[in-house]
Amino acid sequence: MQKNYLEISQVGIEFPTEAEPFRALQNVNLSIQQGEFISLIGHSGCGKSTVLNIIAGLYQATEGGIILEGREVDEPGPDRAVVFQNHALLPWLTVYQNVELAVKCVFKKTKTKAEIREWIEHNLKLVHMDHAMHKRPGEISGGMKQRVGIARCLAMQPKVLLMDEPFGALDALTRAHLQDSLMEIQHRLGNTVVMITHDVDEAVLLSDRIVMMTNGPAASIGEVLDINLQRPRDRLSLAEDPAFNAYRQQVLRFLYEKQKNPAAKPKQVESASKSEPKTDKVSAPEAA
Amino acid sequence: MSTATITSKIAKLQSLITVANLLSALEKTVKAAVLPLTGIVMFLFLWQATASNIVTSLGQFPGPGDVWNQSKILIEEHHAEREKADAFYVRQEVRNAKKLAKNPDAKVKIRPYTGKATYFDQIFTSLYTVAFGFLIATLIAIPLGIACGLSEKVYSAVNPIIQTFKPVSPLAWLPLVTMVVSALYVSDDPYFEKAFLTSAFTVALCCLWPTVVNTIVGVASIDRDLIDVSRVLRLSWPVYIKTIVIPSAIPLIFTGLRLSLATGWMVLIAAEMLAQNPGLGKFIWDEFQNGSSSSLGRIMVAVITIGIIGFILDRLMLALQKRVSWDKQAIFR
Ligand SMILES: Nc1ncnc2c1ncn2[C@@H]1O[C@H](COP(=O)(O)OP(=O)(O)OP(=O)(O)O)[C@@H](O)[C@H]1O
Ligand SMILES: [Mg+2]
Repeated sequence: MQKNYLEISQVGIEFPTEAEPFRALQNVNLSIQQGEFISLIGHSGCGKSTVLNIIAGLYQATEGGIILEGREVDEPGPDRAVVFQNHALLPWLTVYQNVELAVKCVFKKTKTKAEIREWIEHNLKLVHMDHAMHKRPGEISGGMKQRVGIARCLAMQPKVLLMDEPFGALDALTRAHLQDSLMEIQHRLGNTVVMITHDVDEAVLLSDRIVMMTNGPAASIGEVLDINLQRPRDRLSLAEDPAFNAYRQQVLRFLYEKQKNPAAKPKQVESASKSEPKTDKVSAPEAA
Repeated sequence: MSTATITSKIAKLQSLITVANLLSALEKTVKAAVLPLTGIVMFLFLWQATASNIVTSLGQFPGPGDVWNQSKILIEEHHAEREKADAFYVRQEVRNAKKLAKNPDAKVKIRPYTGKATYFDQIFTSLYTVAFGFLIATLIAIPLGIACGLSEKVYSAVNPIIQTFKPVSPLAWLPLVTMVVSALYVSDDPYFEKAFLTSAFTVALCCLWPTVVNTIVGVASIDRDLIDVSRVLRLSWPVYIKTIVIPSAIPLIFTGLRLSLATGWMVLIAAEMLAQNPGLGKFIWDEFQNGSSSSLGRIMVAVITIGIIGFILDRLMLALQKRVSWDKQAIFR
């Protein structure tokens, strides 16, 4: 495993607005190892999507930058695939064609036609969508669309998989299914994943580390929590695991005690980010 | 009760249900037809009542009956003219055959019939002209709209021009187009009539704008997520336009095309009147100049023909849109 596979270094961003520029992020620092599963959690509007979009290259950071495998990246590319919150499938293409578009962009030169075909089908099987390959997005359910979105990204064999609330729009049951699938796939393929979530259970269940963000404006990383739970993880047995619950407690405490009033306290946030400009790591609780 | 009687009862019930279904379907069709028919009948009555009260210098304003008669006359004239043409060709062939019988080396040729254009010829000319003008407009409007929709800079550069020329009446363009066509299209054996080109270009100039404007809006409102997808995939421009831009803009492009075709068809009649392109516009103009007692009736036939053709053209575009559209569930109207 490579250390500092993906490095977010001193990232800050200002959005131009009519009055004065709006500073959304300041001093965001994080290094991610290869194969790590990172969750970003924080109150709505704190800047999680902005961080993800900067990693993806869709937004340009005002200060600092992103280093992937020792190289700075500042434009979007297929090595950082994005699973969008609202699937972002092309509604006029079938499931198969949607994945094909991505696969052709990445493997056009290196794979033969037959190999491309096989690879698309393989990835659709991985998310259990091979039965609906020739349907249009309008003809499948929300959960299925999200799975296709994931298959499209997996098929690109990205260095980093970026997911913006991939399961946010789904019902609890479907969400649990997809979380299990994602865990299994990630375990098998060893992808490096950065996922945004609002769901504390989801974060603890899936992640190796949970990155908790302070409230904006000028949001930064508040705390980072290592999750040392054995893999493969099973949601049922974890539900009664005291360590699991201790992790949950810590995240909840961060969200609802330390950062409980989103938006209204820019002063406090500023002082917080000044007094602790670097990420302070919270080690695993002894109870584990 | 035996099973036999039960089965027969069920069978009876089923046939009753089928009959009921048929009846309700019939009722639906009748209901769907009743209101439009009532509207048409009421309109005809009103028309008749009004027409009988209007006396012009060319006689009574034509009512529905006169128009019906005139349309029959126009059809008869068409058949008569076709028969004349056939007879003309037969005569030539007979003559040529005789010539060849006398002298096998004789040069024979068939001269085309140059009789007067019938009403149906004129309809055809109009359709051909509007199709040509519309095609030119489409070939310019869609690429221009896509360019403006994709690039803020191109849009800022082109928008003032679009806004300025959009409201210009065809009658204002026509003299300019006429002079330009006469000046630039000089050829001894012209493939196109000048009047045809003048009318078609005027149509094109006027029906360009709805397609341009709607294409711009369609392209500019592509889903942000899809743009992000294309950036992550680093799609090349041609692939981006083909797989993302055109499919997302296609509904609005078609809205524009339908508006354009309707505009073009309206403009065409005026253009033909002034440019003397031998279509429906010229027909109306000639009848007006003619000033016979049947003229108003014949013009009214043209008015109704123009309306119905406009309606059919719109339905054809709608059918094309349904074929091309990826979203088969969308409701088109
Ligand atoms: N393009 C933009 N222009 C101006 N301001 C922006 C832009 N994008 C985001 N912001 C602002 O930056 C802040 C962070 O937005 P962001 O979308 O990253 O929040 P988020 O944490 O993803 O929220 P949510 O959980 O609701 O998705 C918000 O205050 C938002 O108003
Ligand atoms: Mg967000």
